[in-house]
Amino acid sequence: MNEIKLHNVLPEIFAQRRDIDSDIWLRDITFERGKHYLVKAISGAGKSSLCSYLYGQRGDYSGDILFDGEDISTFGTSRWCDIRQREISVLFQDLKLFGELTAMQNVEIKNDITKTKSRSEIVALFEEFGIGDKLDSRIDRMSFGQQQRVALIRALCQPFSFILLDEAVSHLDDTNSDIMRDIVVREAKSRGAAMIVTSIGKHLNIDYDICLSL
Amino acid sequence: MPKSITLIWQLLRKHISVFELAIFFVANLIGMTVILAGVQLYSDIRPLLRGEHTLIGSDYLIITHPVKRVGINSETFSLEDVADIERQEFVDAVGAFTASQFEVNGSIMFNGRRLSTMLFFESIPDEFIDVETKEWHFDKGDKMIPIILPRNYLNLYNFGFSATQQLPQITEDMIKSVSLGINLRGNGRSDDYTGRIVGFSDRLNTILVPDSFMSWANGYYDGSDEVEPTRLILKVANPSDPELSSYLKGCNYEIENKPAESSKALFILKVCIAIIICIGLLFTVLSIIILTLSIYLLLQKNITKLENLVLIGYSPSRVAMPYNLMALVLNLSILAVSLVMIFLSQDLYMEQLSAIAGYKIATSSSMTIIVGVLFTAIIIAFNIFVINRKIRNISRKR
Repeated sequence: MNEIKLHNVLPEIFAQRRDIDSDIWLRDITFERGKHYLVKAISGAGKSSLCSYLYGQRGDYSGDILFDGEDISTFGTSRWCDIRQREISVLFQDLKLFGELTAMQNVEIKNDITKTKSRSEIVALFEEFGIGDKLDSRIDRMSFGQQQRVALIRALCQPFSFILLDEAVSHLDDTNSDIMRDIVVREAKSRGAAMIVTSIGKHLNIDYDICLSL
Repeated sequence: MPKSITLIWQLLRKHISVFELAIFFVANLIGMTVILAGVQLYSDIRPLLRGEHTLIGSDYLIITHPVKRVGINSETFSLEDVADIERQEFVDAVGAFTASQFEVNGSIMFNGRRLSTMLFFESIPDEFIDVETKEWHFDKGDKMIPIILPRNYLNLYNFGFSATQQLPQITEDMIKSVSLGINLRGNGRSDDYTGRIVGFSDRLNTILVPDSFMSWANGYYDGSDEVEPTRLILKVANPSDPELSSYLKGCNYEIENKPAESSKALFILKVCIAIIICIGLLFTVLSIIILTLSIYLLLQKNITKLENLVLIGYSPSRVAMPYNLMALVLNLSILAVSLVMIFLSQDLYMEQLSAIAGYKIATSSSMTIIVGVLFTAIIIAFNIFVINRKIRNISRKR
């Protein structure tokens, strides 16, 4: 997939609002493969809604969202399943990890269906993130910052053309934030993928091609 | 098994209620066993009521016109009557009894003396005869006439006559080896033949000769080609069919070999089995409802995990797989346990049944297995349908 185009998109919940002043809502905007985007927003501006629309989780908007010219409102479950396995990867704000599984199992549950990384590559990423000793720890016994890193490793265990990072470093210190930046940029580059980073404050410190205010 | 399936199972089994599944297992096991026991019992008892050596009755009816007064009655069945009976849906086949139109005299040597008596013959088409023998044929010019006697004639002699007259009892094989002297007279002719008993009938209460002999002999000794029959034999699917009895009553025909007891017994058996199967069905339906509710509850409790699995790229069918496997294993176990229980109980009651019948009844379990597999397949298909529909709903965009 090479581009994601938004045409006149507005969340239905904002339909009655007259004071929309956004670089994304009710505009024509295109996210292109290979570029880095920062979407800045204040709380309640619809940041998570945007991610949900792009990921096919919700469809409560007006306007059109097109993937390579195809209207995504026409996609069925199996098409979305394919997109989620091959085209778009997401680091969810609420992580969507499984508390009763270990850190490694949380990554394996994704990697087993995409067959992207070997176990040693996954272990190397854990080491790089400084959580190599947490492989067999249950997720619900880890801190949110550690969980964020596990969720990112899981998001990297698939091929993708776009990666959405929703509040990726909200619970990380600057050192870990920089480690995450290096890894994500490296992985995205190896795939020629675009990065769409959303933030209400702290964000990944990289050179963005385009910064947008929601 | 792929690691992802093991992990999903680890995730989703958390809320599985062993108690709910145990209730489903027991309820469905009872339902399945009752249904299959009904089917097995029906297949085991049916041959006793319908087979070649029926304990009671058959599906063949012999009809006549009622005898209205003492004297010579000449009420016969015309071709139109026969055609009308043949047209009825409840009648599978009609055969006419042809009576001999000539004098028959039979004789036998007994204790050095010749005993002779007037006889009569009848014939019906071969398809209605319940005796299978290669000797049952007659070609013009033959001097040997094959004869079939009703089995109750022999019983009458053995258990009635011989016992009171201090005469020896005789077996079927002994009679078959005896030759009878047969003299046929009519149309100015008189010829001697040899008669040989070739079999005994449970169905037909007359002295039977082959149809081919009768049509030739009636022409030769009487000059008549076609003789209207006074009795007809009907092959019917269900002798207790109310339409059949009202038709016969409407035409004022009388049933000679009233099948009441046989058909009633068969009917009662069918009703009993139907009731048993209904009870089994009720159990099965209730157990399916229990399992469906249990699955719904389980999916509802795991809804967030299911949604998250779909969001990280799992297809609904992959998410549903552990539940589908669970339904498959549960239902197949129920079928297996149920069949084992039935076959064990069958061993117990078949001994009793064979003792009642007086011979070893050959049993077949194929119908029970077919019904069991069919039922299980339907239940599994329903379970899988419910699971997949629910997961598809969860996967849909909001």
